[in-house]
Amino acid sequence: MLLQKLSEATGVSGNEEPVRALLLEAVRGLADECRIDTMGNMIVLRRGTGGSPLRVMVAAHMDEIGLMITQIEDNGVLHFAKVGGIDDRLLPAKPVLIGPRKVNGVVTFKPVHLTEKGERDTVVSWKQLCIDIGAASRAEAEKLVQKGDTAVFATDYCELDTAAGGWRTVAGKAFDDRAGCAVVAELLEDRYPFDLYAVFTVQEEVGLRGARTAAFSVKPDCGIAVDCTGANETPKKKDLSPSTRLGEGPAITIRDNSFIADPRLVDLFFSTGSRLGIPCQSKMPNVGGTDAGAIHMTHEGVPSITMAVPCRYIHAPKGILSLRDFENTVRLGREALRRLPETMKQ
Amino acid sequence: MDTAQLLKELTEACGPSGYEAEIREIVRKRFIPLADEVRIDALGNVIALKKGDGPEPRPSLLLAGHMDEIAMIASQIEKGFLHVAQIGGFDARVLVGQEVTVHGRRKLPGVIATTPPHVTNPAERDKPATLDKLFVDVGLPPTEVEALVRVGDPITLRASFRQLNGVYATSKSFDDRAAVAAIVLCLEELRRYRHAWDVVAVATVQEEMGMRGAKTAGFGISPTAAIAVDVTFGMQNGLSPAETYKMDGGPTILYGPNAHPRMNEKLTASAKAAEIPYQVEAVSGGSGTDGWALQVSRGGIPTAILGIPLRAMHTAVETVAIRDVERAARLMAEFISRLDDAFAGTLETRDALAAAAVEGRNG
Repeated sequence: MLLQKLSEATGVSGNEEPVRALLLEAVRGLADECRIDTMGNMIVLRRGTGGSPLRVMVAAHMDEIGLMITQIEDNGVLHFAKVGGIDDRLLPAKPVLIGPRKVNGVVTFKPVHLTEKGERDTVVSWKQLCIDIGAASRAEAEKLVQKGDTAVFATDYCELDTAAGGWRTVAGKAFDDRAGCAVVAELLEDRYPFDLYAVFTVQEEVGLRGARTAAFSVKPDCGIAVDCTGANETPKKKDLSPSTRLGEGPAITIRDNSFIADPRLVDLFFSTGSRLGIPCQSKMPNVGGTDAGAIHMTHEGVPSITMAVPCRYIHAPKGILSLRDFENTVRLGREALRRLPETMKQ
Repeated sequence: MDTAQLLKELTEACGPSGYEAEIREIVRKRFIPLADEVRIDALGNVIALKKGDGPEPRPSLLLAGHMDEIAMIASQIEKGFLHVAQIGGFDARVLVGQEVTVHGRRKLPGVIATTPPHVTNPAERDKPATLDKLFVDVGLPPTEVEALVRVGDPITLRASFRQLNGVYATSKSFDDRAAVAAIVLCLEELRRYRHAWDVVAVATVQEEMGMRGAKTAGFGISPTAAIAVDVTFGMQNGLSPAETYKMDGGPTILYGPNAHPRMNEKLTASAKAAEIPYQVEAVSGGSGTDGWALQVSRGGIPTAILGIPLRAMHTAVETVAIRDVERAARLMAEFISRLDDAFAGTLETRDALAAAAVEGRNG
């Protein structure tokens, strides 16, 4: 399954090649044109049937959050920096895979027995943590890793709920945004009235950088970011609604920290959802940002929107999403694209 | 026997203190081809007897390594999420984002929930995780969770065995499966040695709950002498050399009130003769191992304690040097091959030894 392969591939921002290789294989036979720009974005053209003159860009980012090796100590221990937004609290005692050879390492942590009083009430900054790769010296370490290598959490993909009629949940790393990549790959199976530019972007997690250059060269009339968004549903003391919920369908962004969605497109997605009988949810406003934030400011401005697969524990070693939501995101995206030319005439 | 394969099998199995069934079966199967008799006592300890070739009644040496692991337990179910309590001592800070297995009506993979940084404020990120704020999510609808999980179900860490640089290995529960592995490897070594004493290998239960398995095993077996094998603190970043031992530098031999001097003399002599590297660990009081319970079983059992240096103890990435496990095994085998009736005699009183030591000092 493509989602599993994509989830288990490594592709920290700036090092998206393994993901790109998988997607290149996935879109083979569907692309009328395919090019990789200087940033590493993969731009796939699926020509339209001729009914609409629009150029439509659909974007999903290939990169994931991770770590970068910054220093190798004389004793073989590795120091690292964070790439993208990672909460320091989830780094201790996690296995990681480093560099193109996926070298095993662990973010090691002090035994509880040797902690001082009060120490357990403090958060250990990433600066104090280090990675153990079982090397006893710098020379030994350098045979396995290089400064600048990136590392990801070592996480296998697995199925959680396989019951008929169940949530069909699966767990894995980097669903943000490999889920979006898999959705876009499925959207390419169809032809639409307009030329569709499916763009698999780079460096979203470090500032929406790939989408910016890709949108500049594609010059779309309309932009749709397909992302994976947080569903923080754990019980809270205060009764706050989560930003999205698992199982309640694709999440549509009305406004986040990167842009305000075009109201016509918001209507299009919600009305398409009700037409198909697909549940849709609006993502809690003012949280996060997506490639749409870069796309909508390109050239003289591009009407844009974000559609996302809800996922628990994004930016953590293992997230959980529902394949039902995933499939509904594909269905919603496909139908909304078909109806898009009408909407854009408004 | 492939040590890495053995370590993988032992560490990936589950066995929280008091719920050792799964790991017990694996250990039992590993013991059977290497021993004359294998039995399980009322508390759940796996006990393997390998007979010596000395005249009966033969002295016996008990080897103990604990097979239980620290874990959690479901304490409350809220909207499909599980609240947890501990079985043994975790630093809650290593649990955030951790994969787990919930032992409900069936095994359920799950993760410990985290809040994405997008919706936390900076002040919140400065507060460490505490156990009462951690939830386990098994990704199932609340009704399904209610049907499959009960309050009181154990929850174990979920980790894969991985080799580091071909020299070290990382997994959960090397504490104390590394020692169980060393005992299995020792029994295997003993097939190539003659030994006069009986050897009774025990994979104990509930060590993390206060050495409870060792208490009944020591009483039930009543051996002539005992060796407890456990893990000790390996040197790692952020810890001082004063409180840690070198990784890949051989097992530690513990000195202090918990260890019998004659046992240590023989262990060090065996190590030197067989050219097995070892380190000295000085512990001024309780060793925190099965050896602490064994030493005071019945009328007292002369005890020695071996330590396998381990990094990141009580986490899902406990790290061990594979060779140290093999060295601990060989050291025990070499020691066992040197046991004779005369040695049993020297273990009888500690007072006489003390007197001799005083005499020696005066002389």
